[in-house]
Amino acid sequence: MAVKSMGQAVAEALGLALEMDANVFLAGEGVGASIHVNPHLPTFGLLERFGPERVRDTPVSEAAIAGLAVGASCMGLKPVVEVMFFPFITLASDMIVNHAAKLRYLSGGLSNFPLTVRVKSGAFSAGCQHSHYLEAWLAHVPGLKVAYPSTPADAKGLLLSAIFDPDPVVVIEEMPLYWSIHAEAPEGDQRVPLGKARIARLGADATLATYGGAVHVALKAAEMLAEEGLSLEVVDLRSLLPLDTATVLASVRRTGRFLALHDATRFCGFGAELVATVAEACHGELKAPPRRVAAPDIPVPFTPPQEAFYKPSAEAVARAVRELVRG
Amino acid sequence: MQRPPLDRAQRLALLTDMLLIRAFEDRVTQLAHEQGRLPGMQITCHGQEAVAAGVVRALTPEDVVVTNHRGHGHLLARGVDPNALMAEIMGRRDGLNRGKSGTLHLADPSRNVLMTSTVVGAAPPLAVGAAFAQRYRGEKAATCVFFGDGAAAEGSVHEAMNLAGVWKLPVLFVCESNCWAGAQAHREHCPIGRIADRAASYGMPGEAVDGNDVEAVHEAALDLLEGRRAGHGPALLECRTYRMHGHGEHDPQHYVDKAELAAWAGRDPIVRYAEVLRRDGLLDAVEPLAVHASGIVDAAVAFADASPYPPPEEALEHVYANPIAREV
Ligand SMILES: Cc1ncc(C[n+]2csc(CCOP(=O)(O)OP(=O)(O)O)c2C)c(N)n1
Repeated sequence: MAVKSMGQAVAEALGLALEMDANVFLAGEGVGASIHVNPHLPTFGLLERFGPERVRDTPVSEAAIAGLAVGASCMGLKPVVEVMFFPFITLASDMIVNHAAKLRYLSGGLSNFPLTVRVKSGAFSAGCQHSHYLEAWLAHVPGLKVAYPSTPADAKGLLLSAIFDPDPVVVIEEMPLYWSIHAEAPEGDQRVPLGKARIARLGADATLATYGGAVHVALKAAEMLAEEGLSLEVVDLRSLLPLDTATVLASVRRTGRFLALHDATRFCGFGAELVATVAEACHGELKAPPRRVAAPDIPVPFTPPQEAFYKPSAEAVARAVRELVRG
Repeated sequence: MQRPPLDRAQRLALLTDMLLIRAFEDRVTQLAHEQGRLPGMQITCHGQEAVAAGVVRALTPEDVVVTNHRGHGHLLARGVDPNALMAEIMGRRDGLNRGKSGTLHLADPSRNVLMTSTVVGAAPPLAVGAAFAQRYRGEKAATCVFFGDGAAAEGSVHEAMNLAGVWKLPVLFVCESNCWAGAQAHREHCPIGRIADRAASYGMPGEAVDGNDVEAVHEAALDLLEGRRAGHGPALLECRTYRMHGHGEHDPQHYVDKAELAAWAGRDPIVRYAEVLRRDGLLDAVEPLAVHASGIVDAAVAFADASPYPPPEEALEHVYANPIAREV
């Protein structure tokens, strides 16, 4: 295994899928001749390798891009389309929510939509029209699958699973991780199944479940807590829908305490689902009420001190764990 | 339409506006490349100053402006305080929008710069709403909305033009055809050469002008705005120009043909207009005006530098008009 950036790992998965299956094509704004020349960006070099028939730059038209994916997938192709920034999913949402997710059901199982929507997420000092963590919206839609990788190996493996999955999958990629996270990722077609969580760190005193960039914040908090003699187990969910409740519940039953963490705002966030699931299943076994650590209920701010204020920090996670364990 | 020719003051004002926009954005470019000076990405309108000055100078104070991600020029031509603008771009407390906007979401309702949307294609429907309000209240004013040729691919733009056309709302749709949408050349994202030709589909007049000729832009805007205020429904003005820098200051434009860029540099709207004014005997030299503009920008940077970042907790403000009590 070689060390790769998360962006390179995504590019590898895309390249591999294009090589393996002639039905796979990529489309999106700037996925080919991008304004980005950074080799850690996920479609870097693919236009040169596969040509403009299979790596297609589109007009700025999210509804058309998503519609293209839905129509083409129903014809048997395996489209992988990109939504440039997470908030713009709203423009594609009719096609994704009302069509990709529902038409198989409405056809009584006759139609298939093996499409993948890659969404670039994260906070990067551009303000809230470019940054908004909307994963709970997507995970609320029956018929969709939602993956949210945190490491290069998972970014590659989950994306490959998504592309070859018979259902529509939205894969959320946190852009800042493209550069900042370098780790080993396997060569070749090594898939990570959708709906299988990963224990990112073993612990005994409490279980934290999270996904995406927040996994790294949780691991940092776990380091800090270890110095104080507290042992935090970190579960990286990898995919929100399907959700690996079994892994989460087994962990909670071992530690007796639970908290959920995410960069999305707290109210109606995915953490609410996790806490409810744990509370329902483990009520009598919990040593403390389950908790959430999430962003305040505000749009993602632009100016640096406020953007930092928005993002749940390792310190905030450590504080919550101390309270959870020590009461 | 018959109108007296522009007088000396009007013509000098067009040049002065363009010089201020250029000086301001040259500084933004410079700061963007100095580590840590400006948060986030910076998107400038280098080369498109004639559109901002020409159109915005044609507006009355009552007219409304709705703009997009490339809006510094529109705001400066509208007379928005350069100090507050620079401080906002730097994310400072004394910025136009208290550090909440940055370069991308600027609003100055005191100058009828109603709002900015950086969701590409979202500005036109918003402008339709503003124009509806103007007509609803019986105002003799128009709404002017700026968008790019790339934005013209979004369904929202077509829907906005259609609704404005059906309801005969006073919107001036200004398409800044700058030949690019990100890294896509116009022909790669648009099946027709002239966006203005689409106007016919929505029952409105459409006109294309040389967007690097500030007087041509200005005259066309004056004419079209008059018709909008007089109740003749919307119109589409396409200003054909060129984006001289990358999409943003982080974009090295590796995909741009150097000869094409050089050809457009030879049509710089500012150099060109200064030459026209010199020929007409209205101007000896452009340098004193340029020096004046860069003085304004120096002061703006000093003002912004002196302003601290807003306190983190202020991020909780302005979500609602009346805050909702919630646990953080
Ligand atoms: C809905 C949406 N999709 C994509 C983007 C990313 N984006 C920002 S500017 C831009 C290109 C817009 O081109 P154009 O409308 O021609 O304006 P220009 O930048 O050329 O002034 C894109 C794709 C966005 N901001 N909003």
